[in-house]
Amino acid sequence: MENSTVEKEYIGDEELELGLGLSLGNASGEKGAAAYGNGGRILTAKDFPNGFACGTKRERAQKSASSSDPAALRQVVGWPPIRSYRMNSLLSQAKASNVAGEDDESSKKKMNHGGHLGFVKVNMDGLPIGRKLDLNAHKTYQTLAKALEEMFFSPSPHSRGGKEQTVKLLDGSSEFVLTYEDKEGDWMLVGDVPWGMFLNTVKRLRIMRTSEANGLAPKSQERNEKQKSKLI
Amino acid sequence: MDQDHKKLKESSFPCEVLEKVLSFIDSHKDRSSASLVCKDWYDAERWTRSNLFIGNCYSVSPEIVARRFPKIKSVRLKGKPRFSDFNLLPQNWGANVHAWLVMFAKVYPSLEELRLKRMTVSDESLDLLARSFPGFKALSLSSCDGFTDEGLKAIATHCSFRLLGLVQMIIYQNLTELDIADSVTEDIGGGWLSCFPESFTSLEILNCASLQCEVSFDALERLVSRCKALRVLQVNESINLEQLQRLLVQVPHLTRLGTGSFMQELTVRQYKDLQTAFSNCKNLQALSGLWDATSVYLPFVYGACASLTFLNLSEANLRSGELAKLLPHCTSLRRLWVIDTVGDKGLEAVGSSCPLLEELRVFPLDPYDLDNQQGVTEAGFLAVSRGCPNLKYVLYFCRKMTNDAVVTIVQNCPDFTHFRLCIMNPGEPDHLTNEPMDEAFGAVTKTCTKLRRLSVSGLLTDKAFEYIGKFAKNLETLSVAFAGSSDRGMQCVLEGCPKLRKLEIRDCLFGNAALLSGLDKYETMRSLWMSACNLTIKGCKLLAKEMPRLNVEVIQDEWSDETHANKVYVYRSVAGPRRDTPPFVLTL
Repeated sequence: MENSTVEKEYIGDEELELGLGLSLGNASGEKGAAAYGNGGRILTAKDFPNGFACGTKRERAQKSASSSDPAALRQVVGWPPIRSYRMNSLLSQAKASNVAGEDDESSKKKMNHGGHLGFVKVNMDGLPIGRKLDLNAHKTYQTLAKALEEMFFSPSPHSRGGKEQTVKLLDGSSEFVLTYEDKEGDWMLVGDVPWGMFLNTVKRLRIMRTSEANGLAPKSQERNEKQKSKLI
Repeated sequence: MDQDHKKLKESSFPCEVLEKVLSFIDSHKDRSSASLVCKDWYDAERWTRSNLFIGNCYSVSPEIVARRFPKIKSVRLKGKPRFSDFNLLPQNWGANVHAWLVMFAKVYPSLEELRLKRMTVSDESLDLLARSFPGFKALSLSSCDGFTDEGLKAIATHCSFRLLGLVQMIIYQNLTELDIADSVTEDIGGGWLSCFPESFTSLEILNCASLQCEVSFDALERLVSRCKALRVLQVNESINLEQLQRLLVQVPHLTRLGTGSFMQELTVRQYKDLQTAFSNCKNLQALSGLWDATSVYLPFVYGACASLTFLNLSEANLRSGELAKLLPHCTSLRRLWVIDTVGDKGLEAVGSSCPLLEELRVFPLDPYDLDNQQGVTEAGFLAVSRGCPNLKYVLYFCRKMTNDAVVTIVQNCPDFTHFRLCIMNPGEPDHLTNEPMDEAFGAVTKTCTKLRRLSVSGLLTDKAFEYIGKFAKNLETLSVAFAGSSDRGMQCVLEGCPKLRKLEIRDCLFGNAALLSGLDKYETMRSLWMSACNLTIKGCKLLAKEMPRLNVEVIQDEWSDETHANKVYVYRSVAGPRRDTPPFVLTL
């Protein structure tokens, strides 16, 4: 029996948002922009380096992905044909395996490098459908905020009369703030604790209207009331 | 003399006798055939049918059903087309069960069972269900959406009826986020479990494995301890090993068990207790769950494995060694689901340890990782086919395949009824010869004469479809993606495949000519789905005009314009066009 402590960080709700096949989180942060710049789209023959018998024209397709970009596959809606709940479960396990390396035993531990199961759910007030974000792809609050700003506030190519907004989530200037639920079930403002500590304790994120964020205290202050934990 | 003889024949079959005879027929297909013989048989059949199966909820209306069948006790109803599983159908497309429930409440008050697949079920509907049927026994919601805790609480609270089985839920969407009012609504929690009254003891089946939240263990433990007839218990990931042990000792007679997470550090005592608990499960036929199971703790399940016929390891990414140690204990195994982390080597172990195997599903750990050389290849599949000649059902996700391998595989296993091969990179050729995968599927259709379901993948020309059309005489469901070289491909399928019922196509270049070549076929089929092909609104309109008893629906999305029909769903219906289409669905 192993002596090492393998503590399960129960993330709670690995929800299944209705993204149209967008890859919500990349192994490396650099690909972030490319993945989020486009919606799910129809691929053209150019996207498949191995050739593809079909050579139809699709005027609607966006051609930003080059034929050698593996990210192209991520943008095909609903392919490979795996059910959403299973897809999320598999991707989470894949993240855990990749980070931990090849070793049989250590690759099973979801807690590694003082780290964290990569994907967390992100909700925004006013939007019925949440998204998932891979926290392992970020090393600072700035990149995290930028990714979220792009995810939720940048105009999609297909939005009807898209509003251009540059929203800054961390500096208190916009009508939204970024908050997170920690291990104890409390909602905290993002940015108050060191990044590593944040990673260890964050369960999920919420982009909250500033007006609703009253009463959220940074961790350093004393709190009298703890929010009800999710355990019923 | 002849006239008398005839008269005798006519009157020798009073309808009571006919009804009695027909009441023994269960299969809905046989009943449909019987109902077509003559008017007397039609009437006798409709009065004796108690199990209703509707494969497409829009093919008929609740009113028509109510008029025809007066005495229904159990209903199976399916809604959305299968590609909705892969996010190809926009939200609020339809398949809402409510109108059906309203009719059932009025006409079938003694309804006992309801099994829904891919339907939208609101909390209001669940509440109506809970209150309308005093004899209700079994509810199964497979791939359904639209409900929350509240709906489930209604079911649990109002079960003054004898509820035998509850909710095989496979929730694949975050349901609270479909509640538009407030994005911070709680998820489906385990709260509804506490709503079963203390007097409720009749539960036999409880499956909440797909719940994404923590479940009240106390409520669960109390429920399990008082439901002595429980034979199926599938908990979710929030239940740990220690809790699992406490549940198992209450119900050692389980036939199906879904564990929670294995991610817990155990003492020696706890390990031994679990080992004992599993050894006492002498009747276990199916085992699933096993989140985070590793070689460290997996061995304590060995004691329960001898009677297993179904082992679902699709949440436990085991390596080949771990699988190889586990399988020899599963001497009765017939169905196995694994993740491709077991590799070809793990599949060799399957081949050598599971001679009775009939079904194998291999899921990819990382579906998008194209550079990664991990996963399984044709070698693993070959190894399984050599050791498991009874293989009938396969779902295999891989990155590489060869024609030769598939030819050999089906020679080893000619009894396939379901062959679903997914080579994950679209348009991938045979990785040794670089040729299309036509010959592979040619071999499948030629050799496997009992084939009912086929999913093709890889680089495919029209030749593959020629083979399918010509040889797949029993094929009922065909799924096609990124394939074909011209309209002729689809035409071959439509002109062949006499038993085809469901055809689903995505990202192929088939156009209007292909669509229209099936004019005579579609009324014999349940449905046709074509997305991201080369269809135009004009072509679809022509189909609709020629075949008035088909519903031809075009789903508008961001890739549609005035001419291109990006998502087309065609199905036969006696109910006429839908009356509940959302604005983005165009009925032609």
